Parts: sequence; C-alpha cells; structure tokens
Amino acid sequence: MTDGGIVMENGNKKTLEVRWHGRGGQGAKSASAILAEVLFEEGKHVQAFPEYGAERQGAPMRAYNRVSDTPIRRRCSVENPNIVVIVDPTMVVSSNPCEGCMSDAVYVVNTPEDAMALRSRMNLSVDARVLVVDATKITLEELGQNRPNAPLLGALSHLFTDVSVETFADHFTKKMKQLSAPVLEANRRAILRGREEAVLA
Amino acid sequence: MSKPKCWQDVPPATIAWGASALDVETGLWRSMRPVLDQNKCISCLKCWLQCPDSSIKTNEEGRVCGINMFFCKGCGVCAQVCPVNAISMHQEADFNNENREHGEDPGRVADHVK
Amino acid sequence: MTSGNLAFAEAMRQVNPDVVAAYPITPSTEIPVKFAEFVANGMVDSEYVAVESEHSAITACVGASVSGARVMTASSANGVALMHEIFPIAASFRAPIIFGLVNRSLGAPVNIHCDHSDSMPERDSGWIQIYCEDAQEVYDSVLLAVRLAEHEDVLTPVFVCQDGFITSHCYEPVELLSDETVKKFVGERKAKYPLLDVDNPVSYGSFTMSEYYFEIKRTQIEGMNNVPRVYKELTKELAEYTGREYPALDAYRAEDAEYLIVIMSSATGVVKDVVDEMRERGVKAGCLRVRFFRPFPAEDLKKLAKGKKGVAVLDRSASIGGTAPLAAEVKSALYGLSEKVPLQEYLFGLGGRDLYPRDAEKVFSGLMENDYSDTARYIGLLEKDEENGGN
Repeated sequence: MTDGGIVMENGNKKTLEVRWHGRGGQGAKSASAILAEVLFEEGKHVQAFPEYGAERQGAPMRAYNRVSDTPIRRRCSVENPNIVVIVDPTMVVSSNPCEGCMSDAVYVVNTPEDAMALRSRMNLSVDARVLVVDATKITLEELGQNRPNAPLLGALSHLFTDVSVETFADHFTKKMKQLSAPVLEANRRAILRGREEAVLA
Repeated sequence: MSKPKCWQDVPPATIAWGASALDVETGLWRSMRPVLDQNKCISCLKCWLQCPDSSIKTNEEGRVCGINMFFCKGCGVCAQVCPVNAISMHQEADFNNENREHGEDPGRVADHVK
Repeated sequence: MTSGNLAFAEAMRQVNPDVVAAYPITPSTEIPVKFAEFVANGMVDSEYVAVESEHSAITACVGASVSGARVMTASSANGVALMHEIFPIAASFRAPIIFGLVNRSLGAPVNIHCDHSDSMPERDSGWIQIYCEDAQEVYDSVLLAVRLAEHEDVLTPVFVCQDGFITSHCYEPVELLSDETVKKFVGERKAKYPLLDVDNPVSYGSFTMSEYYFEIKRTQIEGMNNVPRVYKELTKELAEYTGREYPALDAYRAEDAEYLIVIMSSATGVVKDVVDEMRERGVKAGCLRVRFFRPFPAEDLKKLAKGKKGVAVLDRSASIGGTAPLAAEVKSALYGLSEKVPLQEYLFGLGGRDLYPRDAEKVFSGLMENDYSDTARYIGLLEKDEENGGN
C-alpha cells in the first residue's frame, strides 16, 4: 500500500480502542505494548493490556489498547473496538473478531488471502475497512519463524499518520532488546515490509 | 522492673527485655527444698548439669558450693541424680521464717482475672 | 511505560530493601522475578531469600524485620492464604513489612483472575490495607507505605494491593521519581528494638497469657489508630515531589452528589466515567473509592454519604452467609447517622469478570428509581430473568 494513510474517524467516542486476536507466543501482547509506547511518545494517553487465559503456546488470547487525548480511567476489556488486529489467519473464523465492533472499524489481518475476498467472507458493513498483510510469510522469510507481530505493526502504521514507520521499528528494537542484533534487524525489515505490502480493501 | 498497670506501659511488639527472667523469683514456687551436705559432695557437677533453673552455685574453682534459693523451684532433680546422696529434700514449710522480699510473686500474676 | 507489577518492582529497586524473601505466584510473579534480576545484576544491595513456600517467605520476612531490616515481599491468592498464620504475628511483632498483594480469587475452581477474596480474609490480621486504582498509585503507595509502616507511632505492616492482571499487567504511563528522590524520601529504617542489637537484648513473641495479651492487642490498635494522622502528613510530603496526593477515601464528584457508588481498586475508573456521563445528563452522581480498607475511613465516609438519596456498595468479594466486607464496613460507618441513607449492596467481578459502563449505569438507575432489595444483588451474573429485579 502506498503512503497516504487511513483516517481514523472516531465520532463522539473520546477513546480509540483496539482489540488484538492472537495465539499465545505470537507476540500480540508485545505488539500491543509497542503500539501503546509509540503513541505515548506522540503525547497520547494510552493503555495496553492482555486478557489471559491459561498461558499456553497457541491458545487463543486477546489483547487491548486504548488511546486518548484525555486520561484513561476505565480498565474493563474493550467491547466496541475501532481497530481489530487479527494476528493469526485461522482466527478470522475462530475468534469472532467482529463481535461488538464499531461499524466503521478497521480490520488489520495477517492473511495470504486477497483483501476483497476476505472482506466479503467476513461480511463487513460498507463503512468497515480491511487491511491485509501476509505477516506469516514475511516473518518466515525474514526470521525463519512465524512471529507475525512485526509486519502487523508495520501495517498498523498506516492508521496513525502522524507517526513514521521507523518510529514503530525503533520502539520494537527498544522493547525487544533481549533479542540478538540479527533478529532485531530481521524484525525491522519485517516491519517495513509489513507497511509496504499491506493491501487495503 | 515493676509490673505494667495499663496497656500503655506494656512493652511494645510483644518484646521481653533482655535477661528479664533474672527478675522472676521462681524460688517462690518451691514446696520441697534441697539441702546440700558439703561433706558428702564430690563436685561431680551432675546436679549442676541437670538443674532446670541454673540454681546450683559453684565457686571460683568450679566446685559446688551451694544452691540459689531465689531460683530453685524444689523439683528435686539434683537429689535424684546425686551419686553420693549429698542432696536431701525437706519440706519448705520448715524454712518459712526466712525472708522472701525479692522479685515478683508469680502466684499473684493473674490476680485481676480471679 | 510500565505495568502495576513492574512499577512495584521498580519502587522496590529504588527503596533498596535489606531483605526480600519471596515465593512467586501468578499474578504477582513478575515482582519477585524482576527484583531477583535486580539482585543478580548488582543493582540493589538486598539479600534475596529464595524459599520453598509462601509460609517460609513471610516467616523469613518476619525474622528479618524484627532483626531491624527493611523487608519487602509479594504474593497473591493461595500464596497469601498459606501465609495467613504468620500475618497476625508480623503485626503483633510490629514488623513494618511492605507487601505487594496482587489480588486474585481464591478458588476453587482454579482461577487466576482478580477479585478481593485473597486480601479480605486478612482484614483482621492487623495489617494496613491500601487498595490502588492504577500502576501510578501502586508506585506512589509503595513509597508511602515504607514511611507509614516504619513510623514509630504506627509500626504496622502494610499490604499494597492492586488488581491482578487488570492493574498488574496493564501497560501504561507511570511517572517515576529519581533514585535520589526516593532515597531521600524513604530514608533508612531505624528499628527501635532490633533483635540483632546484642548490647540491648530483647526477645520477641514470648509467652503471654491472659494477664497481658489483651493489652498487647490494644497497643496494636493504637498503632492502627495513628495511621490517618501520620498518613495525611506523608501523602502531603510525597506530593511535594509528585504533585499527587491520595486521600484514604477518594471522593469523586461526591460532595454535591445525590447518588453514590462506593467501590474499590481498578473498577473505579469505569464508575468515574459513568459519573461524568450521568452529570452531563443532569444526574447528580458521584463515586467514593475506598483506598484504605484498614484502617477504614469510616468518619470520612459518614460525612460524604450523609444526606444522600441513595448509596450503592459494590463488593469484589463475598462473605458467603453474611454481609460482604465493603458493604459491612459502609453500613457500620453509616449507622451513626440520625437519618438513614438508603443502601443497596452488590457483588461484582468475582474471578475477573469485568465491570462495564452499562453495569454502573444500571446501578445508578436502580438508586434513582428507589429500587432496593434486602439482599445483595449481582452484577454481570448469568441468571434467570425474574431474579435480580429483572436483569
């Protein structure tokens, strides 16, 4: 997708809410924290919190963000998200990602599927938008592992037009500093590719 | 140290001051009194080892020289373990003309609950 | 940006306690894990005692504390329950331990999420209990707790409670003080009767029968009674560095309110949001957050609840067969009012069930419609339609 970004309209809702659908070990929790950090640096009030089940590799999990210009007080789970990030392609069907969503929600999906095809399969309202990126493929190529969070952050950067994709990459490096330098470099490439290869429908 | 009369005077945090057991005259609990016969005693120190109240007195040479009646409860262990019968037990009542002014009286400790 | 757990651990690093003895348990695991990392990396001077159970952890803490050390630990749920035997002893020994209690339900069934069923059974253990709304408050409260616990008029251990996962694992901006400022604020512990002072020997926990046991408990009560006065000074003093002051009872738009929700910890935020929405609609709604559960701010609560048209008390733990802990305290505090304030008890959030804005709205609606029942109602419970006033 070329630069230009997606304008987030938020009506009279003061807080922008994000819901992540992922599987244990895919980095949804870290990615939500990185997103919060990036937007915090932009002067926003932010929250990032996971919803834990029994913590197991591969088990479905959710994570949430809130972003606001005013202090955020509520701490319940997000029921009516403006942005839904689907970290694993299988979760389009299994995790009920459309539940409670705002009609103009943006869905950022890790999938090899065509954006239009996915859109009609998800049966979304006309106001909704879908941004797809094959994050699994990108990280398999760059890292040799399925760690789709980095390219998804790259794709998400289209939604926050005031923030450069490099800022996302920098925060990823800062947050994941326990990883080795080559792995961090690979993730940086994955974030940039995630932004470039994202397709909007 | 006098007994606390109100809660404000009770030592804090459940503590007991160091060596406070030295103030308690357990000798007041005694109904049988040990009497040492210095002529028979061989200073084997068996009584000194066994006494639960450290009441067997020794002199500078480490020889048994008497029994501390402030602490002795009259349990009779010393008389039992003595191999030469140098300690004999006698009724405390026979000695009750002696002065007992030291320390607190454990028999009065729980007076207020009676 | 940090979480409630990591904010607690960071405060610990800055306080640099002499001894930490801990046995990690979800959701407070990160606190001892992070602190052990600080110890391993030489960032603190603390002695970290790795033990084989929570019972041993708190026992080691008590031993170290009466020896004169500044001591901290953390636990949750079943870990807290296993420590129960030692809590009243710590309080009687006037051991000013700082305890990170990350609230989690006490099963069965096994559940790792938040409610207050682990800390509420400890409300009579003689410890101070502070309940925090967010990670910032957790951080600030640790610093306050150190000074409060060690104050010679108080000398009482403190639970700094935060809601498991909701607060402990939420990643949010937290303003930290510099290491120097923290060091200056907390100072050094000066224990009055340390066990290790061989020149002035004392023994702790000696046998005391009916003759003085009662009096010793009375001295503990006095320490607790001194908390409000000492705490007021401390929170003012810390506010000079932070700009944040935390009253024992956090009143939000409560003074002129007609309807009040009384609640604790992280669920307060959503009630405050709803209060604002109700106010915009012309309803005089307000919220009271009980931050200190021990000592309970009964007088403040009485003043603020006086003359209200209705009060709802939302408990995050049950007292099965009796009145839930917060409701019992609130009712007891309001008993002295000459005019009765209508009150409705609610149970919510057991085992981590969220409290949503619609739930708080419904509670306010009930008060406005003068709809009360003699027994507690349940928020967010799956139940048949005819129950709970037609939920």
